[in-house]
Amino acid sequence: MLLAQKYGQKLKKAISIPSQLLLLIGVISFILIPVFFNDPHTLRLLIMMNIMAMFASSWNLVSGYAGQLVLGHSLFFGVSAYVSAMLNTNLDWSPVASIPAGTLAAVVTGLVAGYPALRLKGIYLGLTTLAMPVVLSGIVIVFSDITGGEMGIVGVSLLSRSRIAFYYITLLILALTVFAIYKITRSKTGLIFQAIRENEMTAQASGVNTTYYKLLAFSLSGLFAGLAGGLYAHFIRVVGPSVLSFGFSFEPIIWSSFGGVATVMGPVVGVFILVPVIEELRAVLGENASLVYYIILGVVVIFAPGGVMRWFVNRIEKKCPQCETANFSFRRHCRNCKSRMKINGVLEEVKQS
Amino acid sequence: MIANIFVIGLLNGCIYALLAAGFSLMFSVARIVNLAFTAYWMVSAYCYYGITSSLGVHPLIAAPVSVAVVILLSLFFQFVVINPIKGSGMSVMILSLAIGLVLQKIVSLQSLSYTIVPNLVEGTMEWFGVTVTYQYFLCLVVVVVVLIGLWLFLSKTRHGVAIRAISEDRQVAGLMGIDERFVIALVTAVSVGVAAIAGVVVSPLYALEPTMWMSHLLVLMAVVIFGGMGSMKGSIITAFIIAFTETSVVLMLPTGGFLRSAVVMAFMIAVLMIKPTGLFGTLAEE
Repeated sequence: MLLAQKYGQKLKKAISIPSQLLLLIGVISFILIPVFFNDPHTLRLLIMMNIMAMFASSWNLVSGYAGQLVLGHSLFFGVSAYVSAMLNTNLDWSPVASIPAGTLAAVVTGLVAGYPALRLKGIYLGLTTLAMPVVLSGIVIVFSDITGGEMGIVGVSLLSRSRIAFYYITLLILALTVFAIYKITRSKTGLIFQAIRENEMTAQASGVNTTYYKLLAFSLSGLFAGLAGGLYAHFIRVVGPSVLSFGFSFEPIIWSSFGGVATVMGPVVGVFILVPVIEELRAVLGENASLVYYIILGVVVIFAPGGVMRWFVNRIEKKCPQCETANFSFRRHCRNCKSRMKINGVLEEVKQS
Repeated sequence: MIANIFVIGLLNGCIYALLAAGFSLMFSVARIVNLAFTAYWMVSAYCYYGITSSLGVHPLIAAPVSVAVVILLSLFFQFVVINPIKGSGMSVMILSLAIGLVLQKIVSLQSLSYTIVPNLVEGTMEWFGVTVTYQYFLCLVVVVVVLIGLWLFLSKTRHGVAIRAISEDRQVAGLMGIDERFVIALVTAVSVGVAAIAGVVVSPLYALEPTMWMSHLLVLMAVVIFGGMGSMKGSIITAFIIAFTETSVVLMLPTGGFLRSAVVMAFMIAVLMIKPTGLFGTLAEE
């Protein structure tokens, strides 16, 4: 009884904060979607959304939070996809073993790719990391007898035959990824990541071992990107050099900036909006879809520079000027201290962290 | 083989040097990484082709017209898209990439892919045992003239000094009464103009395709980083180093065509690990 009361109170508290209510509705609707829409096409789109949301979140961790500009993020995704596909096709490892192996390879790649970050900063680091997947795709071409070269590796086995089961697996892993990133960013480690992003010299002067934390950021990012890459290989069943391409490296950056860099849910929101949008545009407009897509993207980035998620939350959520409790913006009085939400007719702008 | 590498490498080196000089100028003054830069180069090549072939205008008139069109286009994007968000480096990068992709899409909608443009001057000659067209020599001459012109503009004229002042210290330059917005517009026009000239002279020598700006963008990035961001001398020297490396890889290795970016990039990473600011770089942090 007491337990029920405790959780009831927690739930009541959660749904009176607008952004948390939205999150709750979002999670429930994504759990229920396959019940109503279970045609293969929709499920395929949903699974890709989950995988890409993991990929975008992993970029956001290293570049959004830790501030290490990575422009070649497809490196981690590609390494994991290639390693799990090769283990699966050449050595007949089951997906349950090959995905963790690919992820491990991506973590190691993260450590290697993080090494330049110890010496380079900003755009220099960005372009060095941009070069890495290009070099790797060169290696893939050279060893084409085991990597399949231009054609890629075909015939990778599926993780699960049922698409609905696959959807729930990816949704669960995405939820765990997002939760882990939430916990990391709210911990001391996350604080240090942001300190390194804001001013590395000051962080060093405060006694932070920046070498350790930078490499940690890269390997954690490699971990989540690697999970996404392994799942991708065992879902699409073909791994070619396109997973290491220039364009694919920029996708997580586009999604994250659209949703909101350095927010936990931003990249997920970005992927969940942009991936279906481009899919629909392709179905309606065909060839001209990317034109419309980039124009939409441009308008959003210009008018909501912090990302759509921050923009939207600022519209529906206002902080009480007295006690700083988050309230629905339509409320006239604060739900906590009952003081008026408007001072001199002007609503306080909410500053989101 | 050696002569082939020399002849092809020299041409590519000239084109990279022109593009890198413009890109480096834009970076050191406007402090933005404009990924659409090589897209302007591609648009200029197509614009020249479109004006000469479909409208039948004489090439000598078409060349300045296409350069002017591309400069106006870049100024339009600079003021409408880039200026409102120039505080955030990440947004500038994404939006300039989006501009490049939009331009690529618009060009490919005209169904002009894999176009061969007729030469401005006809005829060929033997040079180190390799048959080269006069257009090739015209291209080399134009590149040298434009680079010297750019250097004279930056070192001798009033506006050139203003540009260099802004790139060295924008606050003090502002206090001396230099209008920063005007200088940034001027730099955009000059650097995109240089890229547009590169596009016009190269269009008869390359097989044009709307996606060619992507591969050049990658090489251009390697050139400016390798040479040191913001150093024009470094960019020009490394442009030739990279062009010769790339051409040797393409001509000497069996699968060279696929490997050329990979080798250049590996080379760049190796150099950056030894000297983090590039060969001639001064701007380590920004």
